[in-house]
Amino acid sequence: MIATDLAIILPELSLAIFAMAALMYGVFRQTEEASEQVLLATVAALVLVAAWIVTLPDAARIAFNGAFVEDGFGRFLKVTLLLGAAAVLLMSREYLRKFDLMKFEFPVLIVLAAVGMMMMVSAGDLMALYIGLELQSLALYVVAAFRRDSVRSTEAGLKYFVLGALSSGILLYGASLVYGYTGTTTFTGIASVIEAEGVGLGLLFGLVFLCVGMAFKISAVPFHMWTPDVYEGSPTPVTAFFATAPKVAAAGLFARVLMDGFGGALADWQQILTFLALASMYLGSIAAIGQTNIKRLMAYSSIGHMGFALVGLAAGTPEGIEALLIYLAIYVTMNVGVFAFILNMERDGRAVMDIYALGQYSQVRPARALALAVLMFSLAGIPPLVGFFGKYYVFQAAVAAGLVPLAVFGVIASVIGAYYYLRIIYLMYFGEETDAMTGDMPVTHGVMLTASAAIMGLAWLPFVNLFGVQGWAAAAAVTLFN
Amino acid sequence: MDLPLLSFVTWLPLIGAGVMALLLRGEDEMAVLNAKRLALFVTTVTFLLSLFILFGFDPNDTGFQFVEDEEWIGGLRYKMGVDGISVLFVMLTTALMPIVIGASWTVTHRVKEYMIAFLVLETLMIGVFCALDLILFYLFFEAGLIPMFIIVGIWGGANRIYAAFKFFLYTLLGSVLMLIAMLAMIFDAGTTDVVALLQHEFATETISLMGFQIIGGMQTLLFLAFFASFAVKMPMWPVHTWLPDAHVQAPTAGSIVLAAILLKMGGYGFLRFSLPMFPVATDLLQTFVFTLSVIAIIYTSLVALMQEDMKKLIAYSSVAHMGYVTMGIFAANQQGVDGAIFQMLSHGFISGALFLAVGVIYDRMHAREIAAYGGLVNRMPAYALVFMFFTMGNVGLPGTSGFVGEFLTLAGVFQVNTWVAIGATTGVILSAGYALWLYRRVVFGELVKESLKTISDMDRREKWLFAPLIAATLILGIYPSLITDIIGPSVEAMLGEHQLALANSDLSTQLAAARGE
Repeated sequence: MIATDLAIILPELSLAIFAMAALMYGVFRQTEEASEQVLLATVAALVLVAAWIVTLPDAARIAFNGAFVEDGFGRFLKVTLLLGAAAVLLMSREYLRKFDLMKFEFPVLIVLAAVGMMMMVSAGDLMALYIGLELQSLALYVVAAFRRDSVRSTEAGLKYFVLGALSSGILLYGASLVYGYTGTTTFTGIASVIEAEGVGLGLLFGLVFLCVGMAFKISAVPFHMWTPDVYEGSPTPVTAFFATAPKVAAAGLFARVLMDGFGGALADWQQILTFLALASMYLGSIAAIGQTNIKRLMAYSSIGHMGFALVGLAAGTPEGIEALLIYLAIYVTMNVGVFAFILNMERDGRAVMDIYALGQYSQVRPARALALAVLMFSLAGIPPLVGFFGKYYVFQAAVAAGLVPLAVFGVIASVIGAYYYLRIIYLMYFGEETDAMTGDMPVTHGVMLTASAAIMGLAWLPFVNLFGVQGWAAAAAVTLFN
Repeated sequence: MDLPLLSFVTWLPLIGAGVMALLLRGEDEMAVLNAKRLALFVTTVTFLLSLFILFGFDPNDTGFQFVEDEEWIGGLRYKMGVDGISVLFVMLTTALMPIVIGASWTVTHRVKEYMIAFLVLETLMIGVFCALDLILFYLFFEAGLIPMFIIVGIWGGANRIYAAFKFFLYTLLGSVLMLIAMLAMIFDAGTTDVVALLQHEFATETISLMGFQIIGGMQTLLFLAFFASFAVKMPMWPVHTWLPDAHVQAPTAGSIVLAAILLKMGGYGFLRFSLPMFPVATDLLQTFVFTLSVIAIIYTSLVALMQEDMKKLIAYSSVAHMGYVTMGIFAANQQGVDGAIFQMLSHGFISGALFLAVGVIYDRMHAREIAAYGGLVNRMPAYALVFMFFTMGNVGLPGTSGFVGEFLTLAGVFQVNTWVAIGATTGVILSAGYALWLYRRVVFGELVKESLKTISDMDRREKWLFAPLIAATLILGIYPSLITDIIGPSVEAMLGEHQLALANSDLSTQLAAARGE
């Protein structure tokens, strides 16, 4: 039995073993050169595992008595988050070298976080959920404070840890309530109890606490307070990482728990999700208007985007989950591009995070400015850019599920949000001239930025059709409903 | 029909823009000139290609022609086609774009980007009139905001930032509500195909929403959501306030595109979606639209009288003229709708020419205030003649195309609602007031201003830009059948379906009985 179980978690297992091997190698060699080798090897490992997962057979497989579910839904998210993590890690190389942070612990921690995230999106049990979540979180707390000599970075790490621990506690409390009232920790078991007995008050409490804990992880309003500070304080590659893979994993986990475990209680959690989505969309849009630090701005942007993604989840239908998956894939692609740009915002070798430094940037570096402009229009969801299709699918799912008011308020939020994305474009193209940021961009960053912008700008064309990502997402979403 | 002619015409300008972006290098004079020449070449070829559409078009076939239908992203289709209603808008766009590029010959700041923006805009505008998939239409409709935002923002006047943001957010807010309505329609009808949706009947049972009884139910809600978008785009009173700002700040070519083509998207939307897809709601809200139209005509004409900025004056006059269009469309009879389409086309030429005329003297004096001019006839006789011709066109003098459009819409409305026709007719008088007064203040009188003493008359380029516009205005004014023969059958078929839908609807029959018909 155990052999088949292990065979199912082989991708996760391999990555975990790789992390330990990389750790040993780093400890024994202890040179900067070795750290860089570890980093590149890690990128390769992440990409390879992602490719491996793509080739896995379609059927859903269950391991460890239902604690671990290996299905299309999980595979889609794993590929998305692994590729996102690999891209961010590759981009962090120059930054780490420049700021003397090239330490082998960084890639190792990222791999461990990635293993945790893979565990999260495959969890079929409350315990597996918690283990995955904590493995991810602990690694993330450390990387947030990775720049030890920076007060802001240390503060970010500490803040993230304290609030993260609190949310883990709440989640655990919810899990124990759920266990207490259903007598089981597996999602299928919970689902059958709900089907037989309905949702009692105690179970409802458990559900609410679970939702709070997970809402914290994806920084949905009102559990978003940590996001701007942590984003601002963390080293930029870490911020880029926070904005991509963990968001995918947490949203995937949220979907899995609610659909697999609490699918029968749709009416109960739909209200919670609707509120979270609405509040996140509006706060993300409105609070970002006043921001001048680009990292804080991206923090609010990510809060808003999670709100839009949750609209798909709130629909609670296969179309909604499909929309959520598409949205996440598009969101990660856009963010990789934007952070490739932000990593290079510097003047005379010093990082600049003030958006007013972008004044008339289109005159200095026309190609880069154009790429960022495309990404900003895409983040704002202006057609025909691909970002629009993300919003199109979630709102379509919401309308089909009868959540028309949510969709109406959602699109209005997207108009408000458009303002601050436009402001970046305004600064680059019509703004006042400032000291130009004339740094050269490393090739990897240039490729990421160009590729991301090109995908957002062109993948909607007929015959490209978003590279068929919609078909995969649809197939993945269905597996959650069997 | 083998060649995808519509796709060629639609995407050619974008390909031209791509070529320009990738291959054209350098900042020197030669590169700038090449950018202008390439843009002119691409728009001209597009126009010549589009002539094949016009000559290959069979007016007696009321269905869609030149249809292309390809697989697109998940369930959506890349479907293009034109009928009698849309084919002339495509022609209007392709015909005006070379003139727009010609009008931009004096641009000196970031010429390459400027030309790229206009070429991209042309693709998107043609796409709007060809798209036969709901979401494809929305895509083109909304994407036009991006190049226009850039055009106003980079090459606009002193207050361009404010105007660009206002234009963008105002129209975006209008459109996203339409998007929700589209999603609801897709959910209800199960298709995004416009042709199929035209056959679909949306429910009209009264529904109760938060205590309000909504008569006409789903149709009314859908109608209002589409109305929000098209009314802003049109623009109708009271959501017209973005237009004067955008016009005043936009560069000359931007103003021409805005007035001549972009505004027509609203009217086209009403004809393509509101009238045929929501017939009962259209009938229900006819009086409401009439009221807004008449207010627009009278109020904005009065506002135009008081303007001190030439571009603002013409912008307000555009709003008033668009009032005739909405009025004609919602009269929902042959004269009204024919007249509305005619008015849109004619306004495309006349308002474009008027903004061009303002551009001519703006290029020389860099002032838009009426007070900065006076007595131009002494130094610029040819200009005075051209400006007078288009002033007359704007007033609606018989013999110009402006007359036909106004007359037909008024005749159409008269049959439906006499009071509305009477109210709207005062607009004809008021338009004579503001247009002639503008002309007198700018062109006539003594030439006393020192700065104007050396002003030169139009050069050859400028004369050639006006020539086709004058020809179009005259020919359409004298022989309007050129237009009505093409649009007539399609409009007739659409109105036939419209009447049939009303006759089949209990709600509309009751409504008609209540009106005493």
